[in-house]
Amino acid sequence: MIELISLLIGLLVLVMAFFVGNHIEKKHYASILEREKELHRIILLAIKRPPSTFQEQQLVKGSVVVSSDKFKRLLAAFRNFFGGNVRSYETLLDRARREAILRMKEEAAQLGATMILNVKLETVSLDDIYNAKSGVLGTVEVLAYGTAGRIVKK
Amino acid sequence: MLVTNLEYVPDRKIIKHLGLVQGSTVRAKHVGRDFMAGLKNLVGGELKGYTELLNESREQAIERMLEQARQAGANAVLNVRFSTSSVAAGAAEIFAYGTAVVLAF
Repeated sequence: MIELISLLIGLLVLVMAFFVGNHIEKKHYASILEREKELHRIILLAIKRPPSTFQEQQLVKGSVVVSSDKFKRLLAAFRNFFGGNVRSYETLLDRARREAILRMKEEAAQLGATMILNVKLETVSLDDIYNAKSGVLGTVEVLAYGTAGRIVKK
Repeated sequence: MLVTNLEYVPDRKIIKHLGLVQGSTVRAKHVGRDFMAGLKNLVGGELKGYTELLNESREQAIERMLEQARQAGANAVLNVRFSTSSVAAGAAEIFAYGTAVVLAF
């Protein structure tokens, strides 16, 4: 009897976590889309060679640490068995990447830059540092950095 | 001090190459932040405490790199790269490195 109750409670917590996680994700995506529209004017280029009119260079960066919720991890554990895309993680990393790029753009906007060159994206798993308990993927840091500047015509 | 991850600065000549400069920090996690992160772990999303933590560490690593560059007599650091790795249970190392140069004006 006790086992049944604890199982039900566990399931309830999981379902609640799923709904709250979903809500947070929706809100985050709404905020991302709004800020992307605002900062659309700042151009990102992955090129390494700046044109000769590129001035006022400064390094800018943006980073995020995100973690998946228990429900996602459970789904991933099942996927682990059958293989294939782990779609629940794809949205998490997509959010993290876009957020990191937005923060980098915000830093560039503060400097008055109009473009960012040599944009690089790095993803590091923080599993060893934090999350030693659950064996599946969990916490990830995404770093975006580049050189911001403006085109100044002589 | 000019800091950039490009290989050169357009229309400023490099007079001198002063070699590789680097800065790194190792940060351990904070128990207080860890508790909040534990809750977040249930619902997912950004761990703001950890983002700030790693951001501060990164700023410090960059500052140490710039200090090395200043001591070498540079006025710019080019081709800056970052590297993050876990070194022990509960600690992350943030490493920044670049090429210190003296640019003409």
